[in-house]
Amino acid sequence: MNILAAILLIGGLIFFAGGAIGILRFPDFYSRLHPAGKLDTAGQFMMMAAVALFVLQDLSWQSFLTAAKIILIVIFVFITSPTATHAIVDAGVRAGLKPWTKAERL
Amino acid sequence: MKKALPSSRADKPTDSNLSQTKRFRQFNFGTLLSFFILFGLWVVLSGRFDGFHLVLGVISSAIVALISGDLIFTSPKIRSILMLWLRWVGYVPWLVFQVFLANLQVMYLTFHPRMLDLIDPHIIEFDSRLKSDYARTTFANSITLTPGTITVNATVLGRFAVHCINTKSGQALPGKMEAKVAKVFNE
Repeated sequence: MNILAAILLIGGLIFFAGGAIGILRFPDFYSRLHPAGKLDTAGQFMMMAAVALFVLQDLSWQSFLTAAKIILIVIFVFITSPTATHAIVDAGVRAGLKPWTKAERL
Repeated sequence: MKKALPSSRADKPTDSNLSQTKRFRQFNFGTLLSFFILFGLWVVLSGRFDGFHLVLGVISSAIVALISGDLIFTSPKIRSILMLWLRWVGYVPWLVFQVFLANLQVMYLTFHPRMLDLIDPHIIEFDSRLKSDYARTTFANSITLTPGTITVNATVLGRFAVHCINTKSGQALPGKMEAKVAKVFNE
């Protein structure tokens, strides 16, 4: 169980690191939100799964409650993360920022 | 809420205010369901099962449910709400699968050495046939969670603006996903 939790933690770390590098590498504001909004979802999903598994090692009522709370965190982030991304993109559009296109690079 | 139930039962035989009674009972059901959801959340988050904390939970969930009980459940019928939730739960596994595809695709793009050659960002617009607020919200969030696309804007008239990372990911819209969401919300 410990090994499985460690593997999930490392996988989540890779996703978070990919998100951070993606924010730096993508060309403009809008395309940077693709890694920012998506890789975080998978990263936190894997990390929370690892933590929940680790907590559930000793089967007691308290650890079950803690695992339920962790699952609730995952559900709320799944709902709020795309909404927040959408709000940031919408703010950019309202401020009049034009998206980066391939034509600009050539 | 317990006090409200007998009075609605007493109103039932009179024909004149039948519609009002009906509306009252529907309102009660939505409020009751949100009360139980809120109270369940309270129990899970507090983790204490002594009388004092449970009574506090009952009081605060009742207040919140009475004030905003009509926000969560907009449909008047019990059956349709439950069926909607069941269909929505059936939709989630497909969505989670799409989320993982999206993550793999963005990871691939992030670590690709010639990333700027692969992407071709642009904003597309299309009209959706979804009508209700919940359906549109679900659709907009699903677009953001699936590969290569982010919802920029969704208007009251059902016009969606979507930012695509390359031309291929934009071509799939609205298509299959809209059909799935429409099926969930029975539209």
